[in-house]
Amino acid sequence: MHDRTIAELARALDAGEFSSVELTAALLDRIEARDGAYNSFVTVTREQALAQAEAADAARREGRAGPLTGVPIAHKDIYCTDGVRTACGSRMLDSFISPYDATVVANLRDAGAVMLGKTNMDEFAMGSSNETSYYGPVRNPWDEQRVPGGSSGGSAAAVAARLAPGATGTDTGGSIRQPASLCGITGLKPTYGRVSRYGIVAFASSLDQAGPMARTAEDCALLLAAMSGFDPKDSTCIDRPVDDYAAALAGTDLKGLKIGLPREYFGEGMSDAVRAVVDEAADTLRGLGAEIVEITLPHTEQSVPAYYVVAPAEASSNLSRFDGVRYGYRCAEPTDLLDLYERSRGEGFGSEVKRRIMVGTYALSAGYYDAYYLKAQQVRQLISQDFRDAFADVDLIFAPTSPTTAFGLGERSADPVSMYMSDVYTIAANLAGLPGLSMPAGFAEGLPVGVQLIGDYFDEGRLLGVAHRYQQETDWHARAPQGVTD
Amino acid sequence: MSLSNDEVRKIARLARLAVTDAEVETYSDELSNILGLVDRMDRVDTAGVTPMAHPQHATQRMRPDAVTETDQRERYQKIAPAVDRGLYLVPRVVE
Amino acid sequence: MQWETVIGLEIHAQLATQSKIFSGSSTQFGSEPNTQANPVDLGMPGVLPVLNEGAVEMAVRFGLGIDAAIAGRSVFARKNYFYPDLPKGYQISQYEIPVVGTGSLTITLDDGTTQTVGITRAHLEEDAGKSLHEDFHGMTGIDLNRAGTPLLEIVSEPDLRSPKEAVAYAKKVRTLVQYLGICDGNMQEGSLRVDVNVSQRPAGSEQFGTRAEIKNVNSFRFLEKAIEFEIERQREILEDGGTVMQETRLYDPDADETRSMRTKEEANDYRYFPDPDLLPVEVDEAFIAHVRAHLPELPDEKKHRFMEAYGLPEYDADVLTASRELADYYEAVVGAAAGEPKLAANWVMSELGGVLNAQGLEITESPVSAAALGGLIQRISDETISGKIAKQVFEAMVAGEGDADTVIEAKGLKQITDTSEIEQMIDEVIDANPGQVEQYRGGKDKLIGWFVGQVMKASGGKANPDQVNKVLKEKLDG
Repeated sequence: MHDRTIAELARALDAGEFSSVELTAALLDRIEARDGAYNSFVTVTREQALAQAEAADAARREGRAGPLTGVPIAHKDIYCTDGVRTACGSRMLDSFISPYDATVVANLRDAGAVMLGKTNMDEFAMGSSNETSYYGPVRNPWDEQRVPGGSSGGSAAAVAARLAPGATGTDTGGSIRQPASLCGITGLKPTYGRVSRYGIVAFASSLDQAGPMARTAEDCALLLAAMSGFDPKDSTCIDRPVDDYAAALAGTDLKGLKIGLPREYFGEGMSDAVRAVVDEAADTLRGLGAEIVEITLPHTEQSVPAYYVVAPAEASSNLSRFDGVRYGYRCAEPTDLLDLYERSRGEGFGSEVKRRIMVGTYALSAGYYDAYYLKAQQVRQLISQDFRDAFADVDLIFAPTSPTTAFGLGERSADPVSMYMSDVYTIAANLAGLPGLSMPAGFAEGLPVGVQLIGDYFDEGRLLGVAHRYQQETDWHARAPQGVTD
Repeated sequence: MSLSNDEVRKIARLARLAVTDAEVETYSDELSNILGLVDRMDRVDTAGVTPMAHPQHATQRMRPDAVTETDQRERYQKIAPAVDRGLYLVPRVVE
Repeated sequence: MQWETVIGLEIHAQLATQSKIFSGSSTQFGSEPNTQANPVDLGMPGVLPVLNEGAVEMAVRFGLGIDAAIAGRSVFARKNYFYPDLPKGYQISQYEIPVVGTGSLTITLDDGTTQTVGITRAHLEEDAGKSLHEDFHGMTGIDLNRAGTPLLEIVSEPDLRSPKEAVAYAKKVRTLVQYLGICDGNMQEGSLRVDVNVSQRPAGSEQFGTRAEIKNVNSFRFLEKAIEFEIERQREILEDGGTVMQETRLYDPDADETRSMRTKEEANDYRYFPDPDLLPVEVDEAFIAHVRAHLPELPDEKKHRFMEAYGLPEYDADVLTASRELADYYEAVVGAAAGEPKLAANWVMSELGGVLNAQGLEITESPVSAAALGGLIQRISDETISGKIAKQVFEAMVAGEGDADTVIEAKGLKQITDTSEIEQMIDEVIDANPGQVEQYRGGKDKLIGWFVGQVMKASGGKANPDQVNKVLKEKLDG
């Protein structure tokens, strides 16, 4: 049963083929038996999961089952989970048992989903390889010597390894889409404000957005429908009805759809193998009736530089609350207040987090604010304007997700800047707040390659519909790493 | 833009991060490289461009002035490193 | 050299909302530590602020009270610094675009002159928690109940030139926020806290000198003394050819001096930037119109009405409108007394004022209710008792012996107005003092007062003095 999609599992549960308890227990056993190789889970909540599964089975018997009732999923360890450790990949929060649930966690639970556990991630979601986690790197199920991408690398690997049919992720600069691409699964970063951020440990507040990761667009639609919606606890969460994504899946026709290929996304840095996959996917979309046109997003080159001011600036402030006073890591025997702060933070944070805090602190500090922070906000405006101009002409944008396939463990960790370039194609959507989806589109040297769809604001339905249509036509999303379907 | 060791120390202090001398060296190089990346922004003329602080063009929603919370101190302090009689403890603060 | 003092005030007023500015926790004062701190107030991971409409409404009320422009869009920023009473490591505050723009207040000084003081801005922000230093095994205890309480920071122009002006301005701000119902003005509990910027410049100079900021002054008396001390300190430095350092100082009431706060290891660099968890706050015309429609009568309006409607002199009107509670009390007394506004003013200001002062009570804690005081005044005006007896009755009322009528009845203090009874007492006095009668009739007119006194004494103070006077004259002269 582990090789089925969420939609298939829901149908099987409905048909009484097996119970949620049986399904959940099977996946828990599978995690226990196999996750040693991937390290995709940091916490497995066996007892709660089985209790939730039991409740789901009861709900189903009583005729109260929804589309996700009894379906097991995993949460990225950035989502606060009441009574369960929420460590966010950091020593700083290793002792943090959250006293509340993130809104998304509550929404999914209310929809009947069963939580298997919490997935590994880059520390505070800062990373593109899952190597910055305090709990050790995650290994890519397609090649265990390679990274799964990041920061939602644990979620991506767990789904790819068939340890969970779906998982939540968060995406600040590509953290859902890039690991989805590198692990051969589907992942969606919704429009900023579509999904509540409440209870999700903040990295960069104006960029962070929660989203689903699963094997198919159909599954992502099921998860997103349950995750999203207005939340009075998040001022930036939009009060707007959630679209009927199921209807969008059924109703999307690519005929007459105008899809733009940004010329700037096909430049240097992109491997030839990736380019071949992207070209072929474009051909498939064309074959389905879409009109493919070249467009320009002239400030694309500026997105990584602007991002590495905006994100660290916001992060430097967001992470100030971790001070060893009210919760979390506290250094041993602080001599005075300054020592308490400096050592708790110095010892509690890993080096990538400290780097970014310092970059952000610098960018906001007196004398540099205009040159860095303000300048980056202006560049952000230009990038956003590029998209506004593009969407005046096209319905969707089609692009690669990542310039390369999964790279080797340790290959880029010594050079932060080369690591940052992994997100060159995903960052712009975060800066503009637009929805983006990555879906598997082929392989290069045995490793999965994803392609990206970027939509206009709140156009998740169209993204999912087009991806679903593509997945009806292709079977890249159904491929599994060798051995995992056993 | 490159950062001197002293600047790194200053930033680390501002951010309340303990750094060793060896780390200062490394950070100085790494942060300089990152700033080198960031400095590519200078290639664009942004004169007159309105800064964009947020992807949303909405305005702040407000909640009615009502008390909705109850005392849950015990629950919240269960995860605190040091408390005494309901207070969080820190090394003595000199005013 | 002749020096001129330049003073500007930053007043932090805790807004009287039920809940905190960004969370649903209670703002009640004096609860057990950390029992009013939820995950938002505690700065826990992932939690988010949601703005309290009540706080914005109160800020707008203040803006209208000082005739200020209200910003259609204002922005919350983060002020970043580390301190244990600041759970998030930043304070959410309005920086570049505050909700209340430029306005002004008129103050009246002791000599009766008035002066307009400019208000640069007023902005919303969240309060920090409290550090407690005693008895925690050498540690400091942190209570975050106060963290997140809404504050309105009211920043004046450097328009003030003396300690007295500064105090008059601070008092006026307190009166205004109390009238507006946006702050209880309680300085002891920290509901109203004052930071003062003081500097010196050569008389006639346009340029400002270097200022020192005195933080957290918590009474008007200390405010005056702190400024006085600071003026002397700065002038001494300047006279000696030195320069005043720009620094933050604390006023120590015990030593009556200001002291430099320990120099921080680095200059503050607050790294303000717009809070990405909050969007721009929009206050539209309809919102402003709604607030305006519900604005209470403001101190200056009330003062002028008191002068016109009650015929009070400006001094009385000023005193009685100094607080909304006092003004309300006074008007209730006038209502209960069925007139006699000037008599009521005198009683509220002197007799009652004296008692409250002596017992250290606020008008709201008055041992004599407005209705009871009105009842007493009514007995004076209907001549049931004399003004002198009234003071005796009032004392008994303060002591809790009941209302005026009860006390008058119980103590038999009702004024004697029966002419035959008065005539009888007068006859007895005349008969008993033939010598004085002779002197009076011999031309010593002034003795009439002595006779009145004797009769009043004989009546136990209860005889109507006017009647006594009249009848005495008739009998002695006749």
